[in-house]
Amino acid sequence: MNITLNGTDSEYPDKLSASELLRSLGLADKRLALEINEEIVSRSTFDSHIINPGDRVEIVHAIGGG
Amino acid sequence: MSSVMQSPRNTTSDPLIIAGVEYKSRLLTGTGKYKDMDETRAATEASGAEIVTVAIRRTNIGQNKDEPNLLDVISPDKYTLLPNTAGCYTASDAVRTCRLARELLDGHDLVKLEVLGDEKTLFPDIIQTIEATEILVKDGFKIMVYTNDDPIIAKRFEDMGCVAVMPLAAPIGSGLGVRNPHNIRTIVENASVPILVDAGVGTASDAAIAMELGCDGVLMNTAIAGAQDPVLMASAMKKGIEAGREAFRAGRIARKRFASASSPLDGTFF
Repeated sequence: MNITLNGTDSEYPDKLSASELLRSLGLADKRLALEINEEIVSRSTFDSHIINPGDRVEIVHAIGGG
Repeated sequence: MSSVMQSPRNTTSDPLIIAGVEYKSRLLTGTGKYKDMDETRAATEASGAEIVTVAIRRTNIGQNKDEPNLLDVISPDKYTLLPNTAGCYTASDAVRTCRLARELLDGHDLVKLEVLGDEKTLFPDIIQTIEATEILVKDGFKIMVYTNDDPIIAKRFEDMGCVAVMPLAAPIGSGLGVRNPHNIRTIVENASVPILVDAGVGTASDAAIAMELGCDGVLMNTAIAGAQDPVLMASAMKKGIEAGREAFRAGRIARKRFASASSPLDGTFF
Protein backbone atom coordinates (compact mmCIF):
# COMPACT_ATOMS: atom_id res chain seq x y z
CA MET A 1 0.00 0.00 0.00
CA ASN A 2 1.00 3.59 -0.51
CA ILE A 3 1.06 6.05 2.39
CA THR A 4 2.36 9.57 2.75
CA LEU A 5 5.02 9.52 5.44
CA ASN A 6 6.23 12.94 6.59
CA GLY A 7 5.23 14.37 3.23
CA THR A 8 6.82 11.65 1.09
CA ASP A 9 4.99 8.88 -0.79
CA SER A 10 6.14 5.52 0.60
CA GLU A 11 5.33 1.84 -0.04
CA TYR A 12 4.52 -0.42 2.89
CA PRO A 13 2.94 -3.85 3.30
CA ASP A 14 -0.80 -3.93 4.01
CA LYS A 15 -2.18 -4.24 7.55
CA LEU A 16 0.86 -2.58 9.08
CA SER A 17 0.45 -1.41 12.67
CA ALA A 18 1.84 1.91 13.89
CA SER A 19 4.30 -0.03 16.07
CA GLU A 20 5.52 -2.05 13.08
CA LEU A 21 5.97 1.10 11.02
CA LEU A 22 8.02 2.79 13.75
CA ARG A 23 10.10 -0.36 14.26
CA SER A 24 10.85 -0.57 10.54
CA LEU A 25 12.07 3.03 10.66
CA GLY A 26 14.31 2.38 13.69
CA LEU A 27 12.19 4.77 15.74
CA ALA A 28 10.53 2.31 18.12
CA ASP A 29 12.20 3.61 21.27
CA LYS A 30 12.42 7.27 20.29
CA ARG A 31 10.52 10.05 21.95
CA LEU A 32 8.11 11.10 19.22
CA ALA A 33 4.48 11.80 18.49
CA LEU A 34 2.38 10.30 15.74
CA GLU A 35 -0.45 11.84 13.77
CA ILE A 36 -2.44 10.02 11.10
CA ASN A 37 -4.78 12.01 8.86
CA GLU A 38 -4.44 14.94 11.28
CA GLU A 39 -5.58 12.88 14.26
CA ILE A 40 -3.24 12.10 17.15
CA VAL A 41 -2.49 8.41 17.64
CA SER A 42 -1.59 7.92 21.28
CA ARG A 43 1.39 5.80 22.22
CA SER A 44 -0.79 3.33 24.11
CA THR A 45 -2.55 2.37 20.86
CA PHE A 46 0.50 2.02 18.57
CA ASP A 47 0.26 -1.79 18.63
CA SER A 48 -3.40 -1.92 17.67
CA HIS A 49 -3.58 1.02 15.27
CA ILE A 50 -3.56 -0.31 11.72
CA ILE A 51 -2.37 2.01 8.97
CA ASN A 52 -4.60 2.18 5.90
CA PRO A 53 -3.70 2.78 2.26
CA GLY A 54 -3.53 6.50 1.52
CA ASP A 55 -3.02 7.51 5.15
CA ARG A 56 -1.10 10.67 5.77
CA VAL A 57 1.33 9.86 8.56
CA GLU A 58 3.32 12.48 10.44
CA ILE A 59 6.06 11.54 12.89
CA VAL A 60 7.40 14.48 14.88
CA HIS A 61 9.87 15.17 17.65
CA ALA A 62 11.25 18.10 19.61
CA ILE A 63 14.11 20.16 18.21
CA GLY A 64 15.75 23.42 19.16
CA GLY A 65 13.51 26.44 18.78
CA GLY A 66 12.72 29.80 20.33
CA MET B 1 27.22 49.66 63.46
CA SER B 2 26.44 46.07 62.70
CA SER B 3 29.17 44.05 61.08
CA VAL B 4 26.69 41.54 59.72
CA MET B 5 25.89 42.03 56.03
CA GLN B 6 22.19 42.54 55.58
CA SER B 7 20.84 40.85 52.52
CA PRO B 8 18.61 43.14 50.48
CA ARG B 9 15.04 43.16 51.68
CA ASN B 10 12.52 40.94 49.93
CA THR B 11 14.96 39.32 47.56
CA THR B 12 14.81 35.86 49.02
CA SER B 13 11.42 34.89 47.71
CA ASP B 14 10.09 36.54 44.59
CA PRO B 15 8.93 33.67 42.47
CA LEU B 16 7.47 33.87 39.00
CA ILE B 17 4.18 32.00 39.10
CA ILE B 18 2.77 30.63 35.87
CA ALA B 19 -0.36 28.48 35.90
CA GLY B 20 0.11 27.92 39.63
CA VAL B 21 3.72 26.72 39.39
CA GLU B 22 6.53 28.71 41.02
CA TYR B 23 9.78 29.41 39.20
CA LYS B 24 12.88 31.07 40.63
CA SER B 25 14.16 32.27 37.27
CA ARG B 26 12.43 35.00 35.31
CA LEU B 27 14.51 34.30 32.25
CA LEU B 28 13.01 31.85 29.76
CA THR B 29 15.23 30.68 26.94
CA GLY B 30 14.86 29.13 23.52
CA THR B 31 16.96 26.25 22.24
CA GLY B 32 17.26 27.25 18.57
CA LYS B 33 20.25 28.52 16.59
CA TYR B 34 23.00 27.01 18.78
CA LYS B 35 25.94 25.45 16.99
CA ASP B 36 25.50 22.09 18.70
CA MET B 37 23.88 20.31 21.62
CA ASP B 38 26.82 20.98 23.93
CA GLU B 39 26.46 24.71 23.43
CA THR B 40 22.69 24.43 23.92
CA ARG B 41 23.26 22.66 27.21
CA ALA B 42 25.97 25.01 28.46
CA ALA B 43 24.12 28.21 27.57
CA THR B 44 20.85 26.95 29.04
CA GLU B 45 22.60 26.08 32.29
CA ALA B 46 24.40 29.44 32.41
CA SER B 47 21.12 31.29 31.88
CA GLY B 48 19.57 29.68 34.95
CA ALA B 49 16.36 29.25 32.93
CA GLU B 50 13.82 26.77 34.22
CA ILE B 51 11.34 27.13 31.37
CA VAL B 52 12.83 26.31 28.00
CA THR B 53 11.15 26.42 24.60
CA VAL B 54 11.36 23.68 21.97
CA ALA B 55 9.99 23.41 18.45
CA ILE B 56 8.04 20.45 17.04
CA ARG B 57 9.19 19.22 13.65
CA ARG B 58 9.11 16.14 11.44
CA THR B 59 11.51 13.40 12.44
CA ASN B 60 14.12 12.76 9.76
CA ILE B 61 13.21 9.44 8.18
CA GLY B 62 16.07 7.12 7.34
CA GLN B 63 18.92 9.40 8.27
CA ASN B 64 20.86 10.41 11.39
CA LYS B 65 19.10 7.84 13.52
CA ASP B 66 21.77 8.22 16.16
CA GLU B 67 21.86 12.00 16.19
CA PRO B 68 21.59 13.39 19.72
CA ASN B 69 18.04 14.10 20.79
CA LEU B 70 17.36 17.56 22.21
CA LEU B 71 15.37 16.04 25.04
CA ASP B 72 18.46 14.08 26.14
CA VAL B 73 20.20 17.42 26.64
CA ILE B 74 17.24 19.48 27.83
CA SER B 75 15.58 16.85 29.96
CA PRO B 76 11.88 17.23 30.78
CA ASP B 77 12.81 15.98 34.27
CA LYS B 78 15.03 19.00 34.83
CA TYR B 79 13.32 21.74 32.82
CA THR B 80 9.75 22.81 32.20
CA LEU B 81 9.52 22.40 28.45
CA LEU B 82 7.53 24.97 26.56
CA PRO B 83 6.72 23.65 23.08
CA ASN B 84 6.13 26.46 20.62
CA THR B 85 4.11 26.78 17.44
CA ALA B 86 6.86 28.64 15.61
CA GLY B 87 6.45 28.55 11.86
CA CYS B 88 2.65 28.31 12.02
CA TYR B 89 0.72 30.84 9.95
CA THR B 90 -2.77 29.48 10.58
CA ALA B 91 -4.78 28.67 13.69
CA SER B 92 -5.31 25.08 12.54
CA ASP B 93 -1.56 24.42 12.11
CA ALA B 94 -0.91 25.88 15.56
CA VAL B 95 -3.62 23.72 17.15
CA ARG B 96 -2.22 20.57 15.46
CA THR B 97 1.25 21.44 16.68
CA CYS B 98 0.08 21.90 20.27
CA ARG B 99 -1.76 18.58 20.25
CA LEU B 100 1.30 16.77 18.89
CA ALA B 101 3.47 18.47 21.52
CA ARG B 102 1.14 17.36 24.31
CA GLU B 103 1.31 13.80 23.06
CA LEU B 104 5.09 13.99 22.68
CA LEU B 105 5.51 15.27 26.24
CA ASP B 106 3.13 12.81 27.91
CA GLY B 107 0.24 15.17 28.50
CA HIS B 108 2.23 18.27 29.39
CA ASP B 109 -0.15 21.06 28.44
CA LEU B 110 1.83 24.30 28.82
CA VAL B 111 2.46 25.72 25.33
CA LYS B 112 3.76 28.85 23.70
CA LEU B 113 1.23 29.85 21.08
CA GLU B 114 2.50 31.95 18.22
CA VAL B 115 0.73 32.35 14.90
CA LEU B 116 2.73 34.46 12.53
CA GLY B 117 1.55 37.01 10.01
CA ASP B 118 4.40 37.20 7.52
CA GLU B 119 7.99 36.14 7.08
CA LYS B 120 9.45 39.60 6.85
CA THR B 121 8.28 40.87 10.24
CA LEU B 122 7.27 37.63 11.99
CA PHE B 123 4.65 39.80 13.66
CA PRO B 124 1.76 37.80 15.11
CA ASP B 125 -1.45 37.33 13.13
CA ILE B 126 -3.80 38.34 15.93
CA ILE B 127 -6.98 37.08 14.25
CA GLN B 128 -5.49 33.61 13.78
CA THR B 129 -3.96 33.68 17.26
CA ILE B 130 -7.34 34.45 18.82
CA GLU B 131 -8.96 31.64 16.83
CA ALA B 132 -6.30 29.17 18.01
CA THR B 133 -6.61 30.40 21.60
CA GLU B 134 -10.36 29.72 21.63
CA ILE B 135 -9.83 26.13 20.50
CA LEU B 136 -6.83 25.43 22.74
CA VAL B 137 -8.42 26.85 25.91
CA LYS B 138 -11.45 24.58 25.37
CA ASP B 139 -9.02 21.71 24.81
CA GLY B 140 -7.43 22.28 28.24
CA PHE B 141 -4.13 23.82 27.18
CA LYS B 142 -2.31 26.36 29.33
CA ILE B 143 -1.35 29.01 26.85
CA MET B 144 1.49 31.49 26.97
CA VAL B 145 0.66 33.64 23.99
CA TYR B 146 3.02 35.62 21.78
CA THR B 147 1.37 38.87 20.78
CA ASN B 148 2.13 42.41 19.71
CA ASP B 149 2.52 45.33 22.10
CA ASP B 150 -1.14 46.32 21.92
CA PRO B 151 -2.64 46.66 25.44
CA ILE B 152 -6.20 46.03 24.23
CA ILE B 153 -5.25 42.75 22.57
CA ALA B 154 -3.08 41.72 25.54
CA LYS B 155 -6.08 42.13 27.85
CA ARG B 156 -8.24 40.20 25.42
CA PHE B 157 -5.89 37.21 25.60
CA GLU B 158 -5.93 37.34 29.38
CA ASP B 159 -9.74 37.43 29.39
CA MET B 160 -9.80 34.43 27.05
CA GLY B 161 -7.89 32.38 29.61
CA CYS B 162 -4.23 32.55 28.61
CA VAL B 163 -1.96 31.82 31.59
CA ALA B 164 0.62 34.38 30.44
CA VAL B 165 0.69 37.09 27.80
CA MET B 166 3.94 37.71 25.94
CA PRO B 167 4.16 40.92 23.95
CA LEU B 168 7.13 41.38 21.66
CA ALA B 169 9.77 43.98 22.50
CA ALA B 170 10.69 44.19 18.82
CA PRO B 171 10.60 41.76 15.86
CA ILE B 172 11.81 38.21 16.58
CA GLY B 173 15.57 37.97 16.23
CA SER B 174 15.97 41.71 15.59
CA GLY B 175 17.85 42.62 18.76
CA LEU B 176 16.27 46.09 18.68
CA GLY B 177 15.28 46.09 22.36
CA VAL B 178 12.05 47.39 23.87
CA ARG B 179 10.66 49.61 21.08
CA ASN B 180 7.50 50.68 22.86
CA PRO B 181 8.15 50.88 26.59
CA HIS B 182 4.99 52.90 27.21
CA ASN B 183 2.77 50.19 25.77
CA ILE B 184 4.65 47.46 27.62
CA ARG B 185 4.13 49.37 30.85
CA THR B 186 0.42 49.79 30.11
CA ILE B 187 0.09 46.07 29.36
CA VAL B 188 1.79 45.26 32.68
CA GLU B 189 -0.39 47.69 34.64
CA ASN B 190 -3.59 46.25 33.17
CA ALA B 191 -2.68 42.63 33.69
CA SER B 192 -3.52 40.06 36.32
CA VAL B 193 -1.60 37.26 34.59
CA PRO B 194 2.18 37.31 34.11
CA ILE B 195 3.42 39.52 31.28
CA LEU B 196 6.65 38.39 29.66
CA VAL B 197 8.49 40.17 26.91
CA ASP B 198 9.00 37.62 24.15
CA ALA B 199 11.34 38.45 21.31
CA GLY B 200 13.39 41.43 20.27
CA VAL B 201 15.91 41.91 23.07
CA GLY B 202 19.53 42.22 21.97
CA THR B 203 21.63 42.48 25.08
CA ALA B 204 21.49 42.43 28.87
CA SER B 205 20.41 46.06 29.25
CA ASP B 206 17.38 45.38 27.01
CA ALA B 207 16.36 42.56 29.33
CA ALA B 208 16.89 44.82 32.36
CA ILE B 209 14.72 47.53 30.77
CA ALA B 210 11.89 45.05 30.20
CA MET B 211 12.10 43.99 33.85
CA GLU B 212 12.31 47.61 35.09
CA LEU B 213 9.04 48.26 33.25
CA GLY B 214 7.49 45.65 35.52
CA CYS B 215 7.45 42.64 33.24
CA ASP B 216 7.31 39.32 35.04
CA GLY B 217 9.93 37.76 32.82
CA VAL B 218 11.62 37.74 29.43
CA LEU B 219 11.77 34.95 26.85
CA MET B 220 14.68 35.09 24.43
CA ASN B 221 16.65 32.93 22.05
CA THR B 222 18.62 34.76 19.35
CA ALA B 223 20.13 37.33 21.74
CA ILE B 224 21.91 34.47 23.51
CA ALA B 225 22.43 31.91 20.75
CA GLY B 226 23.58 34.54 18.25
CA ALA B 227 26.08 36.23 20.56
CA GLN B 228 29.82 35.79 19.92
CA ASP B 229 29.99 33.85 23.19
CA PRO B 230 26.53 32.45 23.87
CA VAL B 231 27.39 30.96 27.27
CA LEU B 232 28.78 34.28 28.53
CA MET B 233 25.76 36.13 27.14
CA ALA B 234 23.46 33.66 28.88
CA SER B 235 25.13 34.56 32.16
CA ALA B 236 24.87 38.28 31.36
CA MET B 237 21.17 37.93 30.59
CA LYS B 238 20.58 36.16 33.89
CA LYS B 239 22.12 39.10 35.71
CA GLY B 240 20.31 41.66 33.56
CA ILE B 241 16.99 40.04 34.39
CA GLU B 242 17.80 39.89 38.11
CA ALA B 243 19.08 43.48 38.19
CA GLY B 244 16.05 44.77 36.32
CA ARG B 245 13.66 42.92 38.60
CA GLU B 246 15.32 44.20 41.76
CA ALA B 247 15.38 47.75 40.39
CA PHE B 248 11.66 47.52 39.57
CA ARG B 249 10.86 46.29 43.07
CA ALA B 250 13.16 48.84 44.69
CA GLY B 251 11.34 51.72 42.96
CA ARG B 252 13.56 54.05 40.99
CA ILE B 253 13.99 57.77 41.72
CA ALA B 254 12.01 60.29 39.73
CA ARG B 255 13.74 61.92 36.78
CA LYS B 256 14.53 65.58 37.48
CA ARG B 257 15.85 68.24 35.18
CA PHE B 258 18.37 69.72 37.62
CA ALA B 259 20.90 68.44 40.14
CA SER B 260 20.37 67.57 43.77
CA ALA B 261 23.55 67.30 45.86
CA SER B 262 24.38 63.93 47.38
CA SER B 263 26.56 65.36 50.18
CA PRO B 264 24.92 67.45 52.95
CA LEU B 265 25.47 71.19 52.88
CA ASP B 266 25.29 71.47 56.72
CA GLY B 267 28.65 71.40 58.51
CA THR B 268 30.77 72.72 55.71
CA PHE B 269 33.92 74.42 57.07
CA PHE B 270 34.73 76.50 53.99
